[in-house]
Amino acid sequence: MVQYGEFNEIQIDVLKEIGNIGAGNAATALATMMALPIDMTVPKVNMLHYNDLAALLGGPENLIVGILIDVMGDLEGIIMFLLEKEFTHTVINNLLGSAVEDFSQLSEMDLSVIQEIGNILSASYINSIASLTGLNINISVPAIAVDMAGAILSVPAIKYGEIGDEVLLIEGAFIGNTEAKEEVSTKLILILEEKSLNTLMERLGVS
Amino acid sequence: MGNVVVGISDLAVSKAPDVLATYALGSCVGICIYDKHSQIGGLSHILLPKSTGSASDNQMKFADTAIPLLMSKLEKAGAKRIYMSAKIVGGAQMFALNNNNNNSNSSVGQIGQRNVEAVKEALRKQNIKIIAEDTGLNYGRSVFMDLSNGIVTVKTAFGAVKQL
Repeated sequence: MVQYGEFNEIQIDVLKEIGNIGAGNAATALATMMALPIDMTVPKVNMLHYNDLAALLGGPENLIVGILIDVMGDLEGIIMFLLEKEFTHTVINNLLGSAVEDFSQLSEMDLSVIQEIGNILSASYINSIASLTGLNINISVPAIAVDMAGAILSVPAIKYGEIGDEVLLIEGAFIGNTEAKEEVSTKLILILEEKSLNTLMERLGVS
Repeated sequence: MGNVVVGISDLAVSKAPDVLATYALGSCVGICIYDKHSQIGGLSHILLPKSTGSASDNQMKFADTAIPLLMSKLEKAGAKRIYMSAKIVGGAQMFALNNNNNNSNSSVGQIGQRNVEAVKEALRKQNIKIIAEDTGLNYGRSVFMDLSNGIVTVKTAFGAVKQL
């Protein structure tokens, strides 16, 4: 059995590659939705401890948006998008044409747009894993929370606390091809149950 | 006055005039135990209700092992069990459940509640009385425990401040 924290180099490379392909698909989906040409830098994929992840998100008390999606079917686990202020502002301003002034006072409409973005991005990730492996994978309706990074991360940390304290972080920078060349980054964590992790590795021939 | 920061799956014991702090409790629970006579207090930040029983477990991660550990550290530091009382914070449900999707997020949804129940059970076993709590609901909390008077200040992401 493969366990978190016990990956060999090849297996980490496979997880990274899945992150890459997923992020490519996600960038295309985002570009289509926002009707903007969007370039994407090569995503960074790392296994990270929760404490370091909170630090990367501006500290445990920094306000972020978390979008939680359950993965079901042949693979079971969760995907969680962690959106920082800049990304959220860019998306809402672009799609709704309204300037978000206070991150703590997002409207229902703002939240529903963000939720939909999470839905589309995670579907494109999952689709890329599904088509790569031939596995049948479904995703749930996204749940959303705006709160302190540490508090949001406590949810995956607890749910998978018995498996380990590390998560796979896929970090992508999207560059809007506008005059401002705005760069916004997204962070996504993917956690699979141990059994699913093994299924995935087997399918990809690296178990 | 020094701030002693307690991380996730971590605990600390100190005395006045220190302040024990832990940041951004979501579904985790922060347990503050204080002896007002010796002005010694401890703060534990637990992640899960029950240990797996494995020797490699981090005892500070689970309510059922962290609380006995916190008690023994408090007593070693000179606090007296008969003067101790507890205040507990956290155990929120960070994500709303989807009604049309009841098979999925439900396990995530109840984690906070289960943590709070496990903490109460562990404190009952130690005969420590809970004199205040700020638990449940759907938002994160940071905790600051002033060991000079035992007052626990709870702050949320949106600026609300509460004293226990």
